[in-house]
Amino acid sequence: MSDINQLDDKTRAPVSQRPHRIEAGGEGIGANITVTIDGQDVKVPMGTTILEAAEKIGIRIPTLCHHKDLCVAGVCRICSVQVDGMRTLQAACAYPISQPMKIHTHTKKVRQARRHILDLMLSNHYGECYTCGRNGNCELQSLAQEYGVDFFRFGKMEEPIFEIDRSSHSVIRDMNKCIMCRRCVRTCIDLQEVGCLEAIGRGDETEIGTFMDKPLADVICINCGQCINRCPTGALRANDPTDDVWRAIDDPKKHVVIQTAPAPRAAIGECFGLEPGVPMTFEMNTALRMAGFDKVFDTNFTADLTIIEEGTELLLRLKQALVDKKGPVFLPQFTSCSPGWIKYIEHFYPDMLDNLSSAKSPQQMFGAVIKTYYAQLHNIDPKDIVTVALMPCSAKKFECNRPEMMDSGFKDVDYGLTTRELAKMLKEAGIDLPRMAKSDFDDPFGTATGSGVIFGATGGVMEAALRTVIELVVGIKVENLFDHANIMPVRGFEGIKYVELTIPDVGPVPDILKGLFDSWDFLKGVTVKVAVVHGTGNAKKVLDNIKAGGKFAECHFIEFMACPGGCLGGGGQPIPTTPEIRAARAKAIYAEDEAYEIRKSHENPAVLELYTKFLTEGPCGHKSHKLLHTHYTPRGKYIA
Amino acid sequence: MISSHTEPLTFSTIAPNAGLKAALSMKRSDLIAEITNSQLKGRGGAGFPTGVKWNLAAAAQADRKFVVCNADEGEPGTFKDRVILTEHADLVFEGMTIGGYAIGAKEGIVYLRAEYTYLRKHLEQVLADRRAKGLLGKNVCGHDGFDFDIHIHMGAGAYICGEETALIESLEGHRGEPRNRPPFPVDTGFLGRPTIVNNVETFAWVTAILVKGSQWFKSHGTARSTGFKIFSVSGDCDKPGIYEFPMGITVSTLLEAVGGLGAKAVQIGGASGHCVPAAEFERTIAYEDVATGGSIMVFGPDRDMLRVAHNFLEFFVEESCGQCTPCRDGNPKILECIEMLDHGVCSSKYLQEICELGETMQVSSKCGLGQSSPNAFLSIVKHFRNELMGRGL
Repeated sequence: MSDINQLDDKTRAPVSQRPHRIEAGGEGIGANITVTIDGQDVKVPMGTTILEAAEKIGIRIPTLCHHKDLCVAGVCRICSVQVDGMRTLQAACAYPISQPMKIHTHTKKVRQARRHILDLMLSNHYGECYTCGRNGNCELQSLAQEYGVDFFRFGKMEEPIFEIDRSSHSVIRDMNKCIMCRRCVRTCIDLQEVGCLEAIGRGDETEIGTFMDKPLADVICINCGQCINRCPTGALRANDPTDDVWRAIDDPKKHVVIQTAPAPRAAIGECFGLEPGVPMTFEMNTALRMAGFDKVFDTNFTADLTIIEEGTELLLRLKQALVDKKGPVFLPQFTSCSPGWIKYIEHFYPDMLDNLSSAKSPQQMFGAVIKTYYAQLHNIDPKDIVTVALMPCSAKKFECNRPEMMDSGFKDVDYGLTTRELAKMLKEAGIDLPRMAKSDFDDPFGTATGSGVIFGATGGVMEAALRTVIELVVGIKVENLFDHANIMPVRGFEGIKYVELTIPDVGPVPDILKGLFDSWDFLKGVTVKVAVVHGTGNAKKVLDNIKAGGKFAECHFIEFMACPGGCLGGGGQPIPTTPEIRAARAKAIYAEDEAYEIRKSHENPAVLELYTKFLTEGPCGHKSHKLLHTHYTPRGKYIA
Repeated sequence: MISSHTEPLTFSTIAPNAGLKAALSMKRSDLIAEITNSQLKGRGGAGFPTGVKWNLAAAAQADRKFVVCNADEGEPGTFKDRVILTEHADLVFEGMTIGGYAIGAKEGIVYLRAEYTYLRKHLEQVLADRRAKGLLGKNVCGHDGFDFDIHIHMGAGAYICGEETALIESLEGHRGEPRNRPPFPVDTGFLGRPTIVNNVETFAWVTAILVKGSQWFKSHGTARSTGFKIFSVSGDCDKPGIYEFPMGITVSTLLEAVGGLGAKAVQIGGASGHCVPAAEFERTIAYEDVATGGSIMVFGPDRDMLRVAHNFLEFFVEESCGQCTPCRDGNPKILECIEMLDHGVCSSKYLQEICELGETMQVSSKCGLGQSSPNAFLSIVKHFRNELMGRGL
């Protein structure tokens, strides 16, 4: 599965920024080298950085531009250390050990250099901490505290000099707080392969900018918000609608409902001092009601609905390809739940939009269902309903503002709220989330399945789809094929996963799909090829492979998520993010899946009820198409 | 055109292509040993031993290797490479070809400073002539299996691209910014392949050494700085221009030759070099004392040393690549301090703080630019403190 990672490695990262690994072993070169750090010996494999070696023996070296998800930069120099025999200090994060050396991490020279570097950063940082969204969670602030900064040695920025870019629905840029660590640039270029942020200008006029210095809304930003998650200061933040949400809650005429996606509940505890990976699902329900929301629904409900709609669409495309053999068939079908991914493909592969499932994301399906079905059911005028979506995502803010997302006749989803923003609202309301009693979601959209929950992790949509498609088509229990219905091959954090499943035999067509299919015979013996991709950098590799007619062109269905790790690593999740934190969140999500009684989307009684009472033409029927499906905009990457 | 005041330069006496032919008749290891034995050090200013550099690149295993000629002559006060390229381009290309043979490279690149665009036509012509004569291309000089060619890549005006790793980034089409080292270009250079980057003058000296021998070269200069050096002399002197001197001459000898006696100070090594006051004119120009890539600026008795420092720092504030904190944010602080001094509002204490900042920049900046940009200021503060304090009152 990993061969593609090597084959198509056309990374745009400059050599200087790629992690440098000296090959261990080889003739006459030992694989391990002993270095001395502050008098302590430590044995490390060749190519280990000084920073990693120090970490190994519990010596903390401060960092700012360094980030575990990103390639090496060595630009902030705060991690400078002294090495015997070298005239200059070395950046510990960027220095690969290739020979024995004596390293000192806190000599006078080192301490002075670090203080100066910090003082320089502070002199060019608009440090209005009280009014900063990152107050209390700012790496610059922490370092200033750690190094005992008690005056501005080189002065300070008295007035902001840059205009704040608030053009984007998703990401706000305040360059007055930027310390030029370039994590955002490396995130945007190397990790996500978008490249909308880059250093421009030279010398003291260097700044992080966009193409032609245009506002973020007018460039190729995909709104994934990964840059926000990696910004050490408040220079990048999400467009925060909490004031509007409070206003709606405070308005007695408004019926305010909130849907909560699976990823935030696995992470919000981090904002309340809990270790990553402690789920807060049911405590959050109580908290949200206390905060004033009229109804608390589970986005998993529409995740299950997505599976039915998107799965049916896939089966229709397969039928078209294998039986009808007429007209263009767009396979592989791409998932469409991740709005960052949608904007990415609209910009970079606008010629492949037909491959996208036309199904809306669960967030948008929910909005449309609430302002139609739910409004009818409870006899509420949809104009008085305010739908809020708690999402791990900054791109969801853009998605709910897309002009086409008004199929209910109103704005389907009014506000996209991130995990961080909800934590802030709860804190403002004095609600200590971990101490809340547990309570359930509200009906009628409170019944969810394990399949909906795992949408929060990379591979989750695929696993949910496979559980349903296997049962509907093969007619046997998934458990007979996969232990506990856990489809392990599509799980895990490998950037690109490829799985083949042969359909041995087929069962009868279930009632819900009888209007669309006569029999499944066309699928008998077919080997279904699927892939799971997370991070748009990986998406680029797969899309290029498809264009070149590689093995991914043979796939039937591919799950794409814009963010590393899927939604649990989304741009609206608590800061910081690291591979370890994401792994802990994933564990919480899969544990929640295991705890559900119903774990397959097509068994969700609330979804089935929706088809009998409201979407009576069945999946992919006329009403479904109007409310639950959408279309895409070829944007291209050449900005006028 | 500023003409040469040392006639003839050694370069004028070197027979064309004799060096290349001598090199091709040698084993690669012997060729590199000859360069190593000459103790030739990089003439761009950093003074890294050329033989050692070539040896490392020759030992590296790779499918492709590169020879890069750094013709991004951007150091303020340096113009000797321009003269060498104008009058002795053949020697430079010959030296690059020898380098290609020595390390096993087939491709040479001249990174030519944007301001020298007018030279390109001339250089292309020289290259075309060499190709026509079989001195470039397939089987160079009839030497079976040694193919080598050179192309010219234009810079775009950034001073930082004279730093070898920034130059390579620029060659690759990226923003010109220095890389982390290690890895060094001899191991991971252009396109991630082993690359030697040498100055224009270094390549010309390589050719001369192959003709005249390493012993001849070593017999001039000092023990640690062998051979000759081309200097670009400017400023308050009677005869500014290009000079060739053996390494290790004293500043006063040089001043005498250029008609600069009575100078108050000499800036050696350009904006990033050191400012030597009259009291220290017996110091030698050599890697072990005051090093230079060729720039000599003479400051007469009436020069205002604070204006000198201001001029240099304005340059660095603009030309820092903007990547690392000490250089990007440090240089403007020094400039600001110079302006405070000019207005008489800089306390001794703050001046001390800024000097310490300068020391931090020298050790913690990512590349040679930031590491050397405070040099001029620090040496001016050290030697001309009285001239700086108590102004503007």
